[in-house]
Amino acid sequence: MDGEAIDQTMPPDAPRPDEATARRRFLKGLRVGLGLAFPTLLLAVTFGAVARDLGWGVVAPVVASAVVFSGSAQFALVTALAGGGGVASAVASAALINARFAPMGLAVASSLKGNRLRRAIEGLTLVDASFVAAHLGAGRFDRERMMGATAVQYLAWVLGTLLGALLAPPPDLTEALGLDLVFPAFFLLLLLDEIRGSRRARVAAALGGAAAAGLVLAVPAGLALLGSSLGALVGLRRRPDPDADAETTPPGDAGATAEGAS
Amino acid sequence: MTEVWVCIVAVAAVSMALKAVGPAVLGDRELPAWATRIIALLASALLAGLVVVGVLRAHGDDVSWPLLAGLAVVGVARWRGVPDLPAIVCGVVVTALLRLATG
Repeated sequence: MDGEAIDQTMPPDAPRPDEATARRRFLKGLRVGLGLAFPTLLLAVTFGAVARDLGWGVVAPVVASAVVFSGSAQFALVTALAGGGGVASAVASAALINARFAPMGLAVASSLKGNRLRRAIEGLTLVDASFVAAHLGAGRFDRERMMGATAVQYLAWVLGTLLGALLAPPPDLTEALGLDLVFPAFFLLLLLDEIRGSRRARVAAALGGAAAAGLVLAVPAGLALLGSSLGALVGLRRRPDPDADAETTPPGDAGATAEGAS
Repeated sequence: MTEVWVCIVAVAAVSMALKAVGPAVLGDRELPAWATRIIALLASALLAGLVVVGVLRAHGDDVSWPLLAGLAVVGVARWRGVPDLPAIVCGVVVTALLRLATG
């Protein structure tokens, strides 16, 4: 199964010497994905169960996971439809939540291979955790690691949804078991990894979190998420942070690397 | 049920388009430096937003205190060097116990 998946990531015209290292990086991605498989599975089971509870049946939640493949968008969709907002607002809120994929796609674009169509198709392997896992710093991304991490998450996501829809545990049980923590806890861990060693990333996170907190009370969650992305505008500051000298992290950390990149 | 299927197809189409537009449009060109700096920070800002929205919106307009406590446990566990999955399990257990205790 691994060999098959790896072959799919190898363009037929790729220079052969890169093959071994590409394969290694893909395997590294698979390992990253395996670490995410359980949280992804838990989340997917929750989605399957909630959707089934709302009368989606078994097939629709599984198809949704297979073609949408986005926890935040699918949860937004379920929430909006359950709230009786109608098709348009449900689709809009899910789309807004996924609007983050446009700048993320731009970010990974130059790390992908092939012509426009091929890049576009490769871009479909973009999901939050893989984006973070594949980030090499300075806006460069490890294409193979991203795909490997995504492959495992995709399987876990679709199978977990099927499991949740078949089992259909009552939402009360999910909550009593504390499983609703899995989703935010997962994002928290990714966040802590991302801001380690970069003062600027910590500032961006603080601004993003504050923006989301302020907005979420007034506007739909999707808009609040979009608002949080404004925290990244701290990157417009050209000069290094004046406090950077006082920082305990040595030169060469993630923030410094981003600054020094040509 | 038709409603559900329309939503699934529409959201799938929009999601795929959002993911594909960057790679399709940008091609081989490099982004300007300021854009790269912003993008490098996007994950941090959005992840913070996802955590905040997840906590504030998970239970309607009420913040779930056991959920917050569980998140704090996950954060502390990570700070102490505990790997992902055990850290999440610690948080889940704390959240579940707190809910059990507070009814």
